[in-house]
Amino acid sequence: MLHIKPIVVALKRHKAGTVLIALQIALTLAIVCNALFIIQQRIGRLSRPTGMVESNLLAIQNRWVGVDDNATGPLIKSDLQALRQLAGVEDAISTNSFPLRGGGWSMGVRHDPDAKKPVSSAAIYAVDDHALSTMGAKLIAGRNFRSDEIVWVEQKAYAASPQIIITKALSDKLYPNGSALGKTVYITDTARPSTVIGIVEHLQVPWSGTWSDSFSDCVVLVPTQLTGNFGSYLIRSKPGQLAAITATAPRLLIKNNRLRTFSRDRGVRTFETVRAQAYKSDRGIALLMGVVCAMLLAITAAGIVGLTSFWVGQRRRQIGVRRALGATRHDILGYFLTENLLIGIAGVVIGALLAIGINLWMVTQFEMARLSMTYVAAGVVALLLLGQGAVLAPALRASRVSPVEATRSV
Amino acid sequence: MFSYYLELALRSLRRSPGLTALMVLAIGFGVAASMTTWSVFRAVSGDPIPWKSSQLFVPQIDMWGPKGRGPNNSDNEPPDALDYTDAMALMRAHRGKLQSAMYQISPSVVPADASKHPINVSGHAVYSEFFPMLDVPFLYGNGWSADDDTQRAAVAVISGKLNDKLFGGANSVGRTVSIEGKDYRVVGVLGNWNPQPRFYDVVNTGGFSTGVEDVFIPFERAIAMSISNDGNTNCSETPAESGFVGLQRSSCIWLAYMVQLDDAAAVSAYRSWLDGYAKDQQKAGRFGWAPNNRLRDVPAFLDHEQVVPSDTKVSLLVALGLLIVCLVNTAGLLLAKFLRRSSEIGVRRALGAPRLAIYAQFLTEAGMIGLAGGVLGLLLTGVGVASVSWVLPKDIASLARLDFSLLALTLLVAVIATTLAGLYPTFRASRVQPAWQLKSN
Repeated sequence: MLHIKPIVVALKRHKAGTVLIALQIALTLAIVCNALFIIQQRIGRLSRPTGMVESNLLAIQNRWVGVDDNATGPLIKSDLQALRQLAGVEDAISTNSFPLRGGGWSMGVRHDPDAKKPVSSAAIYAVDDHALSTMGAKLIAGRNFRSDEIVWVEQKAYAASPQIIITKALSDKLYPNGSALGKTVYITDTARPSTVIGIVEHLQVPWSGTWSDSFSDCVVLVPTQLTGNFGSYLIRSKPGQLAAITATAPRLLIKNNRLRTFSRDRGVRTFETVRAQAYKSDRGIALLMGVVCAMLLAITAAGIVGLTSFWVGQRRRQIGVRRALGATRHDILGYFLTENLLIGIAGVVIGALLAIGINLWMVTQFEMARLSMTYVAAGVVALLLLGQGAVLAPALRASRVSPVEATRSV
Repeated sequence: MFSYYLELALRSLRRSPGLTALMVLAIGFGVAASMTTWSVFRAVSGDPIPWKSSQLFVPQIDMWGPKGRGPNNSDNEPPDALDYTDAMALMRAHRGKLQSAMYQISPSVVPADASKHPINVSGHAVYSEFFPMLDVPFLYGNGWSADDDTQRAAVAVISGKLNDKLFGGANSVGRTVSIEGKDYRVVGVLGNWNPQPRFYDVVNTGGFSTGVEDVFIPFERAIAMSISNDGNTNCSETPAESGFVGLQRSSCIWLAYMVQLDDAAAVSAYRSWLDGYAKDQQKAGRFGWAPNNRLRDVPAFLDHEQVVPSDTKVSLLVALGLLIVCLVNTAGLLLAKFLRRSSEIGVRRALGAPRLAIYAQFLTEAGMIGLAGGVLGLLLTGVGVASVSWVLPKDIASLARLDFSLLALTLLVAVIATTLAGLYPTFRASRVQPAWQLKSN
């Protein structure tokens, strides 16, 4: 391992091959670091909790056909009544949106109605007093809505509610040094104040995209039922009854009123499907990056095996001479391992710089986060180990070259 | 001579099957990954109306002022859609060659057969100039007239798909279709028209859409019939009045607008008219701020709305990175392979082969690896394009297609890239000194 000088001299005679391997290692490291970083970010996103108990939950998106926007109130009431009485149903609500639905309603929350900038954006869920039990959201302070606080209003006419329940994250943003419970805030631009009557531990916004990351857990529940031609039902089944109500609930609704459609992709979904659809592209990108990483590492390893094998074949006579002059098998093995390590180190140094450079460029282009140095360090170690692993087989073959080779072919 | 090189190349490749397989695999996977991601990128970043996109413009007017800006809006961008008041003012002024305000609708259509369920379709309420402006192809009939616009005529243009569903694909011009409970006369049936991205209404469609636009009705008719908008509504203030009428009187934005301006003079005239309009509004007290308008053509507006998802760009870049690594890898292996045959080269050179002949021989070999890699790449690209839907959202994945140009490009990239990778190894091979090689044997 200590005889570095002769190795360097030998490498100088294979400049092109050495440079190509080092370059390949550098590029592989740069891409793998960034790809792994992207994978980690995406996996981080898709494992975020919604704040709901996601098992035994069914979501139905309903669109009324040929019914006036103002006239859907009684129809929704009748639907809710029927759903809550359906066998296997624990509870059900009608809402404009729910976590991970994709589309929803966001508003700026302010301390002061005249403030230019809101303290935070927040998603609005217009629900009734059954929301907490249906969603499985945990109330950590204050109280739930009372049934007499629920008002019915046409979607576009919603102004503000006198009572609201907010998430802890939003409470912390509004009142970093205390609790928002009992305080007054403004959720629309109107001068109508809303009093925070309850705080839930956690609820996620309807969106999964990066643009909503800054307020992904800022939610306001308002005691309002919106009428309009479009809305969702969230239904909690009794344990083990989800499959049954997935079949019976839509049939019940159609029996209740035929003037409706459920969209094909997003009409009737268990929450498992909702989650899978919401994070489809995140999971897909993570998968793609994973496949590319695996390919890169495999190709680089195979390239090292191929080129080193060639070098071993080329140097059989020299190896034979060294063996004849007293070098042990161990020395020969060490020679090739060290040689690879030297090339590897050159490669990872360039690669690490390249990885950081690519990341900095991506930060400016794609609003990506800064690459953490642990990824670079892990990548460096991984590629050096990969190189040593790849070189092992040809190096072992080299170490088995018999000293007799020295006398051959002259 | 070429067939001789082919034979030499084949023999050489067969001599080391493992190395050959490795190079072919590397090229195949590298090319397939690049081509698959390219097919997606090509689909989403393409110009939806290339012959006209530089003449179609989207006007933006700052009707909200500084208070309406989001926390991330640092460059003072006005809203990207229009409110009713300003859209109507633009329509009335009629300063472009062709123009249309529009909004997304989702009306119910009742099939003639009363026993069938009513269905929800998607479409747009537009002005008559929408059709000639966007060169919309018709299977039967035509768009409606400007008179139909002003008279709020009950006329409709339907898609070929809806025509199949309602009229069995027959020429339905002149027949009636029931939209939101009212009868409309069909004046036109669209041919196959499904531009992606939906450049005329990016804000409401989000750019890409899996569905087809089924129904177009006159804008003012839709307003008169209170067919409410189905797209996004963004408000900086809560509307003072409720319902669809309240929305029309509010400063909420929900309308898309497109105008055709044929030359630079028309564009600058339209721009100065917009500024004049905003100034008038300022004078009238409606806007408390200086004019802040934008007038972008379709490519610039698509870019501004970031219609191409950054995921497709990132995956294309990563795949290209993979291809480059594969090529570096191939270059290294070819170098080793060629130089191993130094003695053979020495013999050939000593027998009188010029350097050019060595070039021809080895580049043929590299090209053959490229071709084999390309064929493998074709298969893998096929698999890749078919499985894009696992990785990307449906509306984008469905746009990725395997067509002749993609297949040709796959082969071409594979052969050219591998030949390039073989260039340096071949150069080295051609430099082999015949005397040395002959001596050492």
